[in-house]
Order: sequence, then C-alpha cells, then structure tokens
Amino acid sequence: MKFQLKIWRQANASVAGKMVDYTIDGVNPDMSFLEMIDVLNEELIRKNDTPVAFDHDCREGICGMCSMYINGRAHGPQKATTTCQLMMRHFTDGETIYVEPFRAKAFPIIKDLVVDRSSFDRIQDVGGFVSVNTGQVKDANNLPVEKEKADMAMDAASCIGCGACVAACKNASAMLFVSAKVSQYALLPQGQPERKIRVQKMVAQMDAEGFGGCTNTGACEAECPKEISISNIARMNREYFSAGLLQD
Amino acid sequence: MSILDSKIPEGPLETKWEDYKSHMKLVNPANKRKLEIIVVGTGLAGGAAAATLAELGYKVKTFCYQDSARRAHSIAAQGGINAAKNYKNDGDSVYRLFYDTIKGGDFRAREANVYRLAEVSANIIDQCVAQGVPFAREYGGLLDNRSFGGAQVSRTFYARGQTGQQLLLGAYSAMKRQVGLGNIEEYNRHEMLEVVKIDGKARGIIARNMVTGELERHFGHAVVLATGGYGNVFFLSTNAMGCNVTAAWKAHKSGAFFGNPCYTQIHPTCIPVSGDYQSKLTLMSESLRNDGRVWVPKSQVDCKKRPQDISEDDRDYYLERKYPSFGNLAPRDIASRAAKEACDDGRGVGESGLAVYLDFSDAIKRLGQATVQARYGNLFDMYHHITGENPYETPMRIYPAVHYTMGGLWVDYNLMTTVPGLYAAGECNFSDHGANRLGASALMQGLADGYYVLPYTIGNYLADEIFTKAIPTDHEEFEAAENKVRERIEKLLAVKGNQTVDDFHKKLGRIMWDYCGMARTAEGLDKAIVMVRELREEFWKDVRVTGQNNEMNPDLEKALRVADFIELGELMILDARNRNESCGGHFRTEFQDEGEAKRNDEKYAYVAAWEHNGVDEQPTMHKEELKYENIKLQTRSYK
Repeated sequence: MKFQLKIWRQANASVAGKMVDYTIDGVNPDMSFLEMIDVLNEELIRKNDTPVAFDHDCREGICGMCSMYINGRAHGPQKATTTCQLMMRHFTDGETIYVEPFRAKAFPIIKDLVVDRSSFDRIQDVGGFVSVNTGQVKDANNLPVEKEKADMAMDAASCIGCGACVAACKNASAMLFVSAKVSQYALLPQGQPERKIRVQKMVAQMDAEGFGGCTNTGACEAECPKEISISNIARMNREYFSAGLLQD
Repeated sequence: MSILDSKIPEGPLETKWEDYKSHMKLVNPANKRKLEIIVVGTGLAGGAAAATLAELGYKVKTFCYQDSARRAHSIAAQGGINAAKNYKNDGDSVYRLFYDTIKGGDFRAREANVYRLAEVSANIIDQCVAQGVPFAREYGGLLDNRSFGGAQVSRTFYARGQTGQQLLLGAYSAMKRQVGLGNIEEYNRHEMLEVVKIDGKARGIIARNMVTGELERHFGHAVVLATGGYGNVFFLSTNAMGCNVTAAWKAHKSGAFFGNPCYTQIHPTCIPVSGDYQSKLTLMSESLRNDGRVWVPKSQVDCKKRPQDISEDDRDYYLERKYPSFGNLAPRDIASRAAKEACDDGRGVGESGLAVYLDFSDAIKRLGQATVQARYGNLFDMYHHITGENPYETPMRIYPAVHYTMGGLWVDYNLMTTVPGLYAAGECNFSDHGANRLGASALMQGLADGYYVLPYTIGNYLADEIFTKAIPTDHEEFEAAENKVRERIEKLLAVKGNQTVDDFHKKLGRIMWDYCGMARTAEGLDKAIVMVRELREEFWKDVRVTGQNNEMNPDLEKALRVADFIELGELMILDARNRNESCGGHFRTEFQDEGEAKRNDEKYAYVAAWEHNGVDEQPTMHKEELKYENIKLQTRSYK
C-alpha cells in the first residue's frame, strides 16, 4: 500500500509548526499505524532528517500513551481502537492521511505529535483515590460488593487516561475522563466516605487546568477507545449537585 | 569468586518474616521527615513502594520515562494476581503457594523470599480492595477466582483481562494521594542514566529530562530501582517499547551484582510474528488456557488446511496428551517448549508454520458464547483487532514470545543490592521466581515488594542514616557521574555512522533469539558471544543518532538503551554458557530427558551473581548457594 502523509511538525513549544508532506510506499496492511510511522522514521533517519516524535509505549491499547489525531479523529477512524491498535488495512491504498497532535489548551504541545497531558495527573492528585494507607485494611471478603455495581465500576475504571475525549470535544472538556474516575468510586462502598469532597475537588481542578465545559454532544463517548459511557458524566453531574446542595 | 550472604534471618521458615519485623531497627516519625528516598520506576513495585514510603513519612521522589506514572508496563498484565486466600475452599494455603512457586521456578529460587511472598500475598488483595480496585465478583458480592498455570487450586484474582491495569491504577491512586499531600515529588519524562555513589553508598542518581535534554542531579539517602525487566534485549517481546535495562545496568556497572541473567521467560501464548516491520509482540493472557485447548494437526499434510476441516481424530492436543494432570495449564516454559517442538516437527500452522492453535470451540459449546465473552471479551477483541480474524469462529493462532525476565539485580533478603543503600524491587530484581515464573505471580511479587517488604526493610538501613544530612549535589561524585553521562551522550552523537539504532537492535535481537532463546547449546552460545562483541564494536563505529542532546530526542533515548542492551546480551550469553544444566526457562539441549529439562542439583543449585569488571573485561561470578531446608528437591513433573 502507498500513502500520502501530511504530518504536523513542530520542533518545540516556542516555535511555530506546520504540516509537512511525506510519501510512504510498501506499507503492509497488517502493520499498525505506529509501525508505519516507525518505517517512515527509519527512512528519515537514513536521509539524515529528524524523525517524527510521537508518544507510544505498550502498543497493546492499554497504557494510554499513544495519541494522534488521524484524519480529523482522535486515534483515527476505527471505533474503540487506540492508534497503536489501528491497522493499515482500515485505510484505502493511495489515500492521503492527515496526522496531527491532540489539540487542547490544557494539553500544550511539546514536540511534533507529543503533547503534555500532566493536567490529568493533577486532577487525580486532588481526589482520584480512596484515602487508605497500606496495611490499615480488613479481609477483602468482609466487604461484599453487589456484582452489578462492581461491574459498572469496572466499566468506568477501564479508562486509559489517553485524553481522546478531550481531543474529540469541541470544548476540549475533560468531563468523560473525570467522571469515569468519580463514578468508579461513587459506585463502590470504599468510595463513600470521600464521595462529596472528591467530586468537588476534582471538578475544581479540572476547571483550573483550563478544560472546557460539557455541552452533551457525545463526541467523547464516540471517540473513546475504551467506550467509556457518557452516563458517567450524568452521574458526575448528580454527584456534584448533590454534594453542593444536599445535607446529610 | 566469593560466597554471597543473603542475610536470611535465622529460625523456622514460617516465622522468619514475623521475627524480622519484630526485631528490625525503626526510624521515628521526626527522623523520617528528614530522610529522602529516590524511587525509579512507577509500576506495581515502584508505585506501591513510593506511596507506602510517603505514607510512612519519608520524603520521596519518583522517576519514570513515561509522561505519567500510570503508564508503567505493569498496566499491560492481563490475567490476574495470585494470593493464598483459599476463598474457594480447595485446599490452598501459604505453604502450597510457596511450594508451587518454588517448584514452578524449577527449584532455583530462594526459599525464605518465596515463603515471605506467599505470606503477604493475602494482604495484597485486602489492600487493593480497600483502594477500590474493581476485582471480578460473584453474584453474592464476594471475590471470584480463576485458575492459572502450574497450580491445581483456583487462587487467581482478576479484573476482566485488565488486572494489571486495575492494580496499577490502584497503586497510582495511592501515589497520587501522596503527591497531593506534598510527600512525593514526581519527575515524569525523566530517564535515570547513572547511580551516584558516595563513600561506597548509593546517594543519588543522574537523570535526563527527556523534554529539555537537561541532565539533573538528585540526592537520596537511599535509591530504589523498580525499573522492570530486560526482555527487550530480544528486540521483539511483549514488553512496552520503552522498557529497558539502562537503570539496572548502570547499577550493575556501579557495583551491583547481576543475578541469573540467562533466566528469561518465553510465554507460550502470543500472537505470532507477521512481518519484518513488526515492532513488538502481543500477549494473549495465560488465563485463556483455562478454557482454550492447544493443538496442532497430527500430520504435517494437514497443516495448510482450514482448522475446521481437520477432524477431531486428526488433531494432537499435545499438552493434554503429554501432561494429563495439568493439561493446557502446564507452566509457561513447558508449554512454550512443547509448541516449539511441534513446530520443529513440521506441524506448525499459519503462513509461517510458526504457530499452534488455541481453540475455544469446545468452551463455547459448553458455556455459550456470552460466558466466554464475559471472561475474555477484551482479549478476543484485541486478537481480532490485530489479526483481523474472529476467534469466536476460528481458533486463535499463537506462538511463544519473550515476556518476562526472572534474572535481575541480585538482592539479599532486604531487597538490597550489593551496593549499600541501593535497592531493587519487582521484576528488576532476581529473587522470587527461580528459573521460571508462574502465571499471575509477577503482579503478586511487584506489589509484595512495594507495599509490604521494601517499606520495612529499607527502614532497617535508614535507621543508621538519621545523622546523614542531605548531601549537596555539587559534591564531586555528582559532578563525576554527570560528566560520565554527558560524555557517553556526546560520544553517541559524534559517531554519525550509517546504520540506525533499530538496525542494531534488530541484529542483537536475532542473535539473542537464535542462540540464547528457547533452546541453547554450548556451541551456539560460544558463537553468539563473538557475534555480540563484534556487534558492540560495530555499534560504536557505525550507529547514526539524529538530533541533539538539548531537546526531546527519542532517537537518542533509544540509542542509549540499545548500547546497554548489547552489553547485557553478552552477560546473558556468558551466564547461559556457564550453566551446564537445563532448568525452567533455561533449556540447554545437551541436558534433557526426552524434551524435559534436566537439572544438575549437585553442581548448579546456586544463584550466579555476576560482578562487572569493565566492558572489555571478563566479569567475576559469585555464588549464592541455594539451601532447601523445608522442601525436597525433586524432578519437576506436571504429568
């Protein structure tokens, strides 16, 4: 297979970037998208050019490190798929492919396709946990959890923190990411003691980081590689309002 | 050569750890605040250790090469975590988990460490549940278990096929809490490139800021390495792209002995290699062997047929045939060798002939597709994504791939390396799995080391450090270490050769896989050692590294790692050559009983701990004799 690639190149945060054209030939349909970029980079290095910088690590769709906006979509055209699991067989031979970094005020560009997502870490710092020290605990089976609730918590907990929801959202909102974490704990008995304070702190930090508001377009859910449901956002809204309004 | 002291406490096996905890030295809370600890790596071992040490009151700094601590490769572990809870009432116990692990490791692990691991395993599950880790549950609300290889009880706890992810996010959340409280300072996108030793003790590290290229000096009263395994020495493995040996290797070159480097685990169920461009291999969890049946055609002539066209009588379910009592749940080393044997026999399937079937049709008939989907849905999807084939309709094709390294930095009972104040936890140490690791035991060991072992043992060392003031980083040893790193980087950038870093990495991988992989011979290893030495020379003469140091430069990062992998490769081959026996994942074809590993306990019941004497010098081997006081050494049988 042969492709025309238009890739965003930017040496660092303080200089302007631009789209640069590349042609790549001999692409195997069983290659992943990142393996295609690997091949391109090998060619660039052989020509003494600078290879394209991009984030990636596990290449199994679980670490959440890979990103990229491919043909106008976070993680590309395939549903429920991270860029590292996106195979070239899903593209048409001869196609022009546009590759850009995730764009959001709260995800500043570092280089080429690499962005800084440490804002997600800082949201977790203020409440994305259960306050329990190592060793202070009782036997695991002394705390039965309704299977249905546990499964729903697991659905929310499967978020990989890649930021596709933010990149896909026209408001660059982080509501899907934050609500997934809030939901996991709100659904479980372990999360109850900090239920109110958690949602309030995490939402405040989300706003402070410069993420936009949610206008319920559902783009985040559509592009989420782990298919996290926007019902989590509804749950977080309920949690947030009741934390502020209701007294025990 | 010397005999190493592993500092195992006296007394009966069952009470060693309790006694140790009751008699170790303590650090009072006021002093803890003055003591700084560096933790490199934020996976299960590093994340858990960092969180727990910060909870105890120490000042902690964490380092990882990823953009966030949550991305460490522990996250990719799929199947589960073992714990001796006996919730299934099927006769499990601490002793049985201990025994299974020792036997699974082919009697090459240290008894006292493994017993302690089995002892604390149950606490880990309690801790994770308290953190809100959503383990799989039964309808009654209690925790569910499944079976894993090398065990006849169900002791594996799991969260769908994403157990590693959930456990890591649990440890990460505990870490985040401490970051929020100001007890942990995080340094992400940082790579450790040197250990700083002052008066013989580890006192800090040199790390490269991967965004700016700046070399930074960081002081610690103690340094903990939790930097994972070195499977990427093979180029293709199930490890993440960034997994590397660099931190551990720098420690080794600074005086930490390297234990059993040749013990590598080749995992039997991975998606087969499909082309030259391939960058990594993807594991299909061992949990699949709970319900999947492994087979190849009985006859070579059937290999190119569609699997559904091969009748039941013409299939060889070789694991069930050879190991009737464990069947498809034979341990990994054994299952891998059996797959290789079938393919060497010309009965492999798929285009390359290097694959066997993992078939779920019986399970789907027995349980229904919905149940199979609930158990393994995400794994089936992953397989479908990568291969384009639907495993609900046609059997998966799998082949062994490098997955885990049992070898690593030699540590004593305290998890301290041979450099005082330098600790190694998780996969990067050598201690618990002997010559082969059982499934669902890596998560257990990482968290055991991080939550329950290291936070105690490090206190025993730091109790004597309370009068040591933080050493300013303009100390000459920091200066010297930084210069060493800078020189190496400049040297790499100055080569300006013709071959890419990946060219060299692939060549190294080929040598390691062909001669130091699933089957090894003295002759092959002798050849390989020459090849690796030549490759090292060629690398420093002809590698091309683009860009500069003072910028984000993934090409340079990779070059620094591959340079270390080449040096490590040489040591692995030496170790494999030295060990004239077969045990676990180390299979020397000269030493076998009809395909089964043949140990030589008289001569090789020891840990080989190698001391570095310079890159061009022969390393010195030190021995730790393995004394089995509680179990009898016997031939490992799963028949």
